[in-house]
Amino acid sequence: MKTAFKMSMISAAGFAAMSLVSLAGAQEITGAGATFPAPVYAKWAADYNKATGVKINYQSVGSGAGIKQIDSKTVDFGASDMPQTDEVLKTKGQFQFPTVIGGTVPVINIKGIAPGQMKLDGQVLGDIFLGKVTKWDDPAIKALNPGLALPDAAIAPVRRADGSGTTFNFTNYLSRVHPEWKAKVGEGTAVNWPVGAGGKGNEGVAAFVNRLPNSIGYVEYSYVKQNKMTYTLMKNRDGVFVAPDDETFKAAAAGADWNKSFYQLITDQPGKNAWPISTATFILMQLKQDKPANATETFKFFSWAFKSGDKIAADLDYVPMPDNVIGAIEKAWGQVTDAAGKPVALK
Amino acid sequence: MSTTLPAKEMPINQSALPSGRVMTKPPPMKMARSGPIVDRIFGWLAKGAALFTLAMLIAILVSLTISAWPAISKYGLGFLTSTSWDPVKEEFGGLVMIYGTLMTSLIALLIAVPVSFGIALFLTELSPAWLRRPLGTAIELLAAVPSIVYGMWGLLVFSPVLSTYVQQPLQALFSGVPYVGALFSGPPVGIGILSAGIILAIMIIPFIAAVMRDVFEVTPPMLKESAYALGGTTWEVVSQVVLPYTKAGVVGGIMLGLGRAIGETMAVTFVIGNFNQLDSLSLFQAANSITSALANEFAEAGEGLHQGALMYLGLVLFFITFVVLALSKVLLSQLKKNEGARA
Repeated sequence: MKTAFKMSMISAAGFAAMSLVSLAGAQEITGAGATFPAPVYAKWAADYNKATGVKINYQSVGSGAGIKQIDSKTVDFGASDMPQTDEVLKTKGQFQFPTVIGGTVPVINIKGIAPGQMKLDGQVLGDIFLGKVTKWDDPAIKALNPGLALPDAAIAPVRRADGSGTTFNFTNYLSRVHPEWKAKVGEGTAVNWPVGAGGKGNEGVAAFVNRLPNSIGYVEYSYVKQNKMTYTLMKNRDGVFVAPDDETFKAAAAGADWNKSFYQLITDQPGKNAWPISTATFILMQLKQDKPANATETFKFFSWAFKSGDKIAADLDYVPMPDNVIGAIEKAWGQVTDAAGKPVALK
Repeated sequence: MSTTLPAKEMPINQSALPSGRVMTKPPPMKMARSGPIVDRIFGWLAKGAALFTLAMLIAILVSLTISAWPAISKYGLGFLTSTSWDPVKEEFGGLVMIYGTLMTSLIALLIAVPVSFGIALFLTELSPAWLRRPLGTAIELLAAVPSIVYGMWGLLVFSPVLSTYVQQPLQALFSGVPYVGALFSGPPVGIGILSAGIILAIMIIPFIAAVMRDVFEVTPPMLKESAYALGGTTWEVVSQVVLPYTKAGVVGGIMLGLGRAIGETMAVTFVIGNFNQLDSLSLFQAANSITSALANEFAEAGEGLHQGALMYLGLVLFFITFVVLALSKVLLSQLKKNEGARA
């Protein structure tokens, strides 16, 4: 995550400058976890610091490490791209809420095919990554793309080599729409890939796909935009071919029932306009707070981010949560208490 | 133990020396001498430093074994021969990575040793004097290039070249040939065992070449001149005089390079393809190495078996480097023994 690193450097510099101004009484909140939302958390933190003087220190160490850190209570909040099931949260005495939405996008590199021209569905995508469809002029791909001149060339699949939330999102989608994929490979941050070369990080996959002719890979949406990669259209649950953008990610999030539980994997959602490989990213917190003042500050930060951080998120190609979901999130904060069982102040 | 000896002898010397000279002349130098206590403390510190390293080594080994225990107790030695690596179903075996590590290092050595020998030979015997300095420095500078730069260069510049000008022609040439053809099968995309081995070779050449050049230079000129005087050609002088005289150093240099190749992470990760299947022995096949698997998967590995398996891999790597080191020691002592027998 080059951008994440850059952002964290910028925000670190910002923190250093601000701390000189407001040393006295400044509160510091620490969070750690997922790399996917790190750029937006860092920018939110920097702007929030400017507005209020409160320091939010976010370490982008990976979802797995974020979960470990919140379990051992070394941070005020953890962050994960993979939601925890309600049962796991209950046994750990934690709760979670989503912050922003993003999407995973198949990208290709075939001479003469422009972004958005190739159409794929879950079945074909799964077959390609299972090694069952090996040529671009396979009848299955031809059937989806009748007007497209497809080369008689071997498909070079590219995927993530490191464990990542992007891989979880992608394999979770394939597991939902492709029974054979579910049986053979399954879903996870790292899986046993039957074919394909592995690139390190989104930038590694992007570099492979840009370099290898006739390749296909998957990256986070912001990489598609920044590197102007050739994305494909995907057939969603309603049978419509959609392009990845803010609107289709938002449509995918709208289909989930956030009021019931925040454990929502928003892949393969119903809705004419829904991008099928969408994901939300999550914040994890302890239900019983040893430091209630820090919890209050954390809530104040995210409440500010939901209210005033939309534009920042959109600039960085993340999609803010829909308004009704934000309402449900802020209601859920009410269940957090201090050690004595008294609800933590939200403001 | 030699460090403690002077500390014990010191008091005797100090009291003995001035008493003999006190009547005639003051001591020639009035330097403040360190007392026996200081000497003893220094001895302890030196001993402590040595023991500390040993303790660290043992501590690392113990903690590695403890964290690897879930995998060790479940798989035992079968881990070393299993090729399945499936984090979803929690089935782990290390053969793919072990094979990748050993194979890339072997390719690296096969390329790097002759090239380094040529470089060292040229610099010490054949090169015009004005070229020696700049060329030697340039080769040493190669060692200063960070490994991630080699990795990116390998991925973006080298592997397309390898794919177009080496792999595709080789594949066309050997496509029907049995056995040899299998070595060159697979997708010719410039990523895999072969490219990782070549990148590693480029990385270790400066190390091996620098050591070889240094030891070649210490060959006594008299021996070489005598050989030349007897009518030896340059090759005869090098193979009959220089190499036998310097073989211990040469082996040491090669082992240094091998150690670096086995432990290299970043550059390999970029070009090896990180592919956890072993379905062909092709040199063009994407594969994985121990270090690359560790670097890629550790951050997101789930607690328990996945982490245990990665730690087990780390332990295996520890063992491989240990064996390499031990082998080089054995080889060196063997060489010395032979020398003794001949003399």
